[in-house]
Amino acid sequence: MLKILFFARIREELSCSGLELQWPGSRLDLYALQEQLCVEYGESWRNVLTQENMIRAVNQQVVTDNCELNDGDEIAFFPPVTGG
Amino acid sequence: MAMLENSSVTVHEADFDVAGLQRGLLSGLSEEGAIATFTGYVRRANDDRRVSTLELEHYPGMTEGSIKAIIDQAADRWPLLAASAVHRVGRLSPGDQIVWVGVASAHREAAFSACEFIMDYLKTRAPFWKKELGPFGEIWVSVRQDDESRAARW
Repeated sequence: MLKILFFARIREELSCSGLELQWPGSRLDLYALQEQLCVEYGESWRNVLTQENMIRAVNQQVVTDNCELNDGDEIAFFPPVTGG
Repeated sequence: MAMLENSSVTVHEADFDVAGLQRGLLSGLSEEGAIATFTGYVRRANDDRRVSTLELEHYPGMTEGSIKAIIDQAADRWPLLAASAVHRVGRLSPGDQIVWVGVASAHREAAFSACEFIMDYLKTRAPFWKKELGPFGEIWVSVRQDDESRAARW
């Protein structure tokens, strides 16, 4: 199982705070997962998930490149942060 | 990386008591010298928008972990005795306290520097997002270039 989370403006633009996906049983990397979401949910999701300033985190660590995923991973998509 | 044992990170909706937080920081120390603290408040206006409500969203778990990592990074650079950070989430009003950082060290220079470092990194690394509500409607706050450059200078 993969847990996918969306926050803030991204959550609103997708009208989705998160979803769970069955582990495909074979190798999967972050970009392939993103492509899978774009194919499954359509162009509106592609427009959001491919935004230039999108931040991606795997298991609560920001990643700046593609990376291998594992069963049980938590993947998050969110805009640049504005706390403090 | 060093782990600062005497550190705490809290994220919650409720208001906080600055004097109590400082007493808490002090009470865990085996030696004293200096405590530097920072308190951030919700602005009444931002870029000329009059803000009536600020909504703060965060990524539970990652928020706490990332601030803890920032504190540990500060402990790598300065000789810290203790550090605490508190950040509020949920609906806030102008003038409300939003964030508090306190750092204890034997000398003021380390305390001042580490406190500023933690705030600069918290603003650019910890997963919080602000939405402003007011007469203009609602708007997600965008990243301030100034915040990025402040964090980049360390």
